[in-house]
Parts: sequence; C-alpha cells; structure tokens
Amino acid sequence: MQIAVQIVLVVAVVLGSLVLMRGGSNARHLAVRRIMVMLFALLAAFSIFFPEMLTGLARFFGIGRGTDLVLYALVVSFLVFMATTYQRFRQMESTMTKLSRRIALDEAPLPTDQDETSVRDPQR
Amino acid sequence: MSRTWIVIPMYNEATVVGTVIEGLREVFPHVVCIDDGSSDGSQKVAREAGAVVVQHPINLGQGAALQTGLEFALQDPELDCIITFDADGQHRVEDAQAMAQRIISGEAEVVLGSRFLDDRTKLSAAKRLVLRTAAIQSRFSTGMALTDAHNGLRAFSPQVAKGIHLQQNRMAHASELVHQLAEMKPHWVEHPVEIIYTEYSKSKGQSLLNSVNILAELFFR
Repeated sequence: MQIAVQIVLVVAVVLGSLVLMRGGSNARHLAVRRIMVMLFALLAAFSIFFPEMLTGLARFFGIGRGTDLVLYALVVSFLVFMATTYQRFRQMESTMTKLSRRIALDEAPLPTDQDETSVRDPQR
Repeated sequence: MSRTWIVIPMYNEATVVGTVIEGLREVFPHVVCIDDGSSDGSQKVAREAGAVVVQHPINLGQGAALQTGLEFALQDPELDCIITFDADGQHRVEDAQAMAQRIISGEAEVVLGSRFLDDRTKLSAAKRLVLRTAAIQSRFSTGMALTDAHNGLRAFSPQVAKGIHLQQNRMAHASELVHQLAEMKPHWVEHPVEIIYTEYSKSKGQSLLNSVNILAELFFR
C-alpha cells in the first residue's frame, strides 16, 4: 500500500514539474508557480508551530517525518526553479544573440561594397 | 563571374588568423571574419590581411558566429557558394577550392569535409574514437551517413545556406547543423580533407571533455 502511494506521489511530482517547466513564461504558469511558492511558505511556517500535524500528513503518505515531507517539497521546488530559470536564461540568450547579430551586420559593410574598396585601395 | 564567400568564425586568433586569410585570399578574394568579441586585436590583423570583419559586440559562441557569417554572405546577390573555414589554420585552402568547385559546378548543394575519407589526417586513437562515435550517433538520429560529423570545413549553395538557422550558440551547433541539413534533404556529398594538427590548433581545439558539453546542450535545449 505504502509503495503504491509513493509511486503515485513520484509520478505526480514528475508530471507537475514537467508541466511547470514546459510552460515557459506565460502568465498562467507564472501564477501557478507563485501560488505554489505561497503554499510552500505557509506549509513551512505551519510546520514550525504544529510539527505533529505535518508528521501525521507525512505518515499518511508513507514518509517518515514531517520535516522529510518539507525536504522533499524543497527538492522538487528547487528542481523546478532550476529548470524554469534555465529556460528563461536560454530565451534571454537567444534574444541577445539576435540583437548582437543585427548590430554586427548593421555596422559591417555590405558584401557588395567589396569591389569598390579593392579599386580604391589597390593594396588589398 | 562566380562569387564565393569564405566565412571564418574568429575568437582571439590574432597570432594565426592573418596567415590563414592571406593563404585564402590567393584563391578566394572574398573572405569575411566574424569576430566573436576578441580582445587580442584579431580584428585589426584580419582587416590588414584583407578580410571583411563583422564584429559581434559581445562573445556569443562559434555557432552564433557561423550563423552571422552565413547571413552576411547571403546579402550578396551574386553569391554562389559559401565555405566555412576555421581560423586556427587547421584546414587546407586546396581542399576548400575543390569543395567550392563541386558546389559551383552544380554537382552538390552541400559539400561536407571529412578527415576519415583518406589517411592524410593523423590523429590520436581516443579522438578518432570520439569523432567516429559522434558520426555514428548523427547517422542514427538524422539518417545522414556522415563519416565526420564535426568538421569545420563545409561548402553550401546559397539556397541551402538560406535554410540554416543555428540556435545553438556554443558547442552543439555542429550537430544542430547536421539536423537542419537532414530536414532540408539537399543533394549532399562528403569531400576528403586533411586536418593539420599544429601545436596551436591542438591547444585551441576542442578537448575531448567538451563532448560532455555538446551532449548536455543537445539534451536540454
């Protein structure tokens, strides 16, 4: 029974993380992530005052202690954070690449200007 | 008259790039160096050697430099061949010339250099193994029967060059390029080339550990 619950939990966590990672930067996903951060913070604060209740919850899921549950949640949220940050970084990089390329090409002479320069400057 | 542009991505190559460009300019008058934010004065050396220099304002990576080079050359209405060439002097101008001929004569739309088609290139067993594995991997994932998937010497017809849009700025661009070519299905051939391993190109070239980076960039894009 316990292993079934654990497998379901792991699958749920993986699926949830994938959904959050795939979302990219749209507003709904951002809202979902913020709600989750809020819930996590509340849960963490709550667990300080009522450790037994959290442990009860953890027992229900077949995990040892309440702190373990918090730790697992922390690991998952850290991984999601890493993945979303990586994605945002990649998007930024691609924007910056386009911008730099535009600047580089705008500042360079056109390929067709070459013939005139070689006439003007016979050394070339 | 046919017009071939040589595209050279360049990053801190001031000591060698001048000689490379001069060698090329005896055969190809049109050479463009994409300076990827060098800080050692490579730009000046390249200009003095007679190349057009297109300067990235910041360092982006070799893949980005290649893409900028293709876009620069494609602005030329008389273009009929683009060749990519490494700045470190490991390629031979004769090979590039023969490859350009095969594009201009219409024999192929893409000519890819391969160091494994003859036995001119001498390389270590470990490097040979990694390159062979990479070639087999790209054959499985793209269906293109390449013998050397990471060779910097390539020739493209303008039509094919227009279809290339490299997103991978850093190491994985070679694999990405093969993927994009495989999707376009151009008429492609491989051409035997010699890679000249000098002390300089060895110190600048990709270390074997870099294949880890390539894999990571391909998996987490």
